[in-house]
Amino acid sequence: MNFIFSIVLSSVVVLILVLIPWIGVGALKLDTLFGIIIPYIALFVFFAGIIGRVIGWARSPVPFRIPTTAGQQWSLPWIRRSPLENPKSTAGVVGRMIFEVLTFRSLFRNTKLQFRSGFRIGYEWEKWLWLFALAFHYSFLVVLIRHLRFFTEPIPGFVNLIEQLDGLMQTGVAPVEGFMLPSVMISGFVLLGAVTLLVLRRILIPQVNYVSLPGDYFPLFLITAIGLTGVLMRYVLKVDIVSVKELTMGLVTFRPSIPYEIGVLFYIHLFLVSVLIAYIPFSKITHMAGVFLSPTRNLSNNSRFVRHINPWSYPVPVHTYDEYEEEFRDKMIAVGLPVEKMPEEEAGSAEEEKE
Amino acid sequence: MYDGGKIITGLVIGVGLLLFPVFYNAGKAAKAPERVLTEKAKAAQKCVEPISFMKTEHMKMLDEWRQQVVRDDVRYYKSTSGKEYYKGLQTTCLDCHSNKSKFCDQCHDYVGVDPYCWDCHIEPKENQ
Ligand code: HEC
Ligand code: HEC
Ligand code: HEC
Repeated sequence: MNFIFSIVLSSVVVLILVLIPWIGVGALKLDTLFGIIIPYIALFVFFAGIIGRVIGWARSPVPFRIPTTAGQQWSLPWIRRSPLENPKSTAGVVGRMIFEVLTFRSLFRNTKLQFRSGFRIGYEWEKWLWLFALAFHYSFLVVLIRHLRFFTEPIPGFVNLIEQLDGLMQTGVAPVEGFMLPSVMISGFVLLGAVTLLVLRRILIPQVNYVSLPGDYFPLFLITAIGLTGVLMRYVLKVDIVSVKELTMGLVTFRPSIPYEIGVLFYIHLFLVSVLIAYIPFSKITHMAGVFLSPTRNLSNNSRFVRHINPWSYPVPVHTYDEYEEEFRDKMIAVGLPVEKMPEEEAGSAEEEKE
Repeated sequence: MYDGGKIITGLVIGVGLLLFPVFYNAGKAAKAPERVLTEKAKAAQKCVEPISFMKTEHMKMLDEWRQQVVRDDVRYYKSTSGKEYYKGLQTTCLDCHSNKSKFCDQCHDYVGVDPYCWDCHIEPKENQ
């Protein structure tokens, strides 16, 4: 698919998604629909969808070990092994998984093939994707944890602590008067920056551009829109935070209520988040669950000392060579073919009778 | 299902983590705190700006005031109602809202903000 078409398509969809609550709440006053019903539906779709996906994966057999040998496997004592890249036990797999999930090791290994001087191939150090991905995921996590202040009462200490650390710079005074707050949360801006870089990467690098589809651009644009509405709401077009918390607390305690007048911007933000949540199980973002079930990461390389039986193997009638020779030994000897076991004239015949 | 035990355990942990707010708040009816006004505020009846503006914008307003006083030496603020106020945190806001712990703090605790202003500015002595 043409990449301009992909970009236009996904941005139009995001724009429509912004307009829906804008009209729905701003003009038609459907607060209950957008504040209560849609978020609940989105959460239901998310949980049902993600559980369905995981169960689906669990039912697919993985008959072979797929160790992706980026390191030397365990063999002879004098050959140095790489326990993390090529684990032989569950503990090693757990280690590999922890590093994969927390530090994105497989992205770190990213290299770029290119011709160095003349026709000599070189592998260039290529860490940008890894860096953007780390910035993106961790700022997203911080933003997510900070949002817990809307979903807990009393607010647990770690949420306040993270908020404090996030606002560490205390960069209140912006050159534009009336734009900033006393404390500026770094994570929100890092998130928007990282998302922008991830979009630019897809647009500017020809190879990545070629394999990008609307399904790649759409989540990025959606997350950008969510981040922008959030930042706008926090710094520029303020909404009544206390009412927002009343609404969100109503949602998590299953006593939903719509407080008086919050502001359309909040409903746009909430609707976009609902769409994202409901979209997760059916899109590439399921990797939040899928990473734990990727066979190249979660299988130990023990094929050499544990027998893995293909789950769909059924018993096949076999005729081993031993049995074959047993049956045709006389004839084989008669025509002079070599046999494994020569019948010994006297003692041998007695033995054979026993069998 | 293959490795069903492990996968279901993981799934339960994952879903449980995501549902943390539901468990954490189970059975609580978390109400927004009731606002308490001092006698002085009650007598004044009105805040610096209309209440809906104060609710959403007071932090920006304070930030602007700080900027204007400390950097530009503009010390008086004309409110939309025409009244003039001295741009001060302690001397204006906390003059009327001298019940800081019942007014500012209670609301801030509810929404999880902890303004660092009081590292330097002096909190009013509360003797109610
Ligand atoms: C002249 C006394 C007075 C001053 C000065 C004053 N306030 Fe108020 N404030 C009030 C009154 C009275 C109310 C309640 C208004 C109402 O209910 O309409 C109020 C309400 C508020 C509210 C809304 C509370 C709620 O839960 O609805 C906030 C926030 C607030 N003030 C912050 C401030 C800040 C910040 C300052 C300093 C810039 C300040 N006030 C200065 C008297 C004052
Ligand atoms: C009705 C509830 C309410 C009351 C009462 C209230 N605030 Fe706030 N305050 C808030 C909210 C909500 C925020 C912003 C939270 C956010 O955006 O995350 C805030 C933020 C602030 C901030 C900026 C904090 C930061 O780190 O960005 C300051 C400063 C502040 N308030 C001062 C005051 C003072 C002084 C008073 C008492 C005179 C007061 N507030 C009373 C609700 C309230
Ligand atoms: C590092 C210490 C410090 C911190 C932290 C601080 N201030 Fe100040 N503030 C000052 C000083 C010093 C002045 C100057 C007082 C003067 O010249 O009258 C001042 C003045 C002000 C003034 C105007 C004058 C007055 O009498 O109040 C406002 C408004 C103000 N600060 C608001 C804030 C707010 C809101 C915060 C929290 C977000 C804050 N300040 C945090 C030190 C601080």
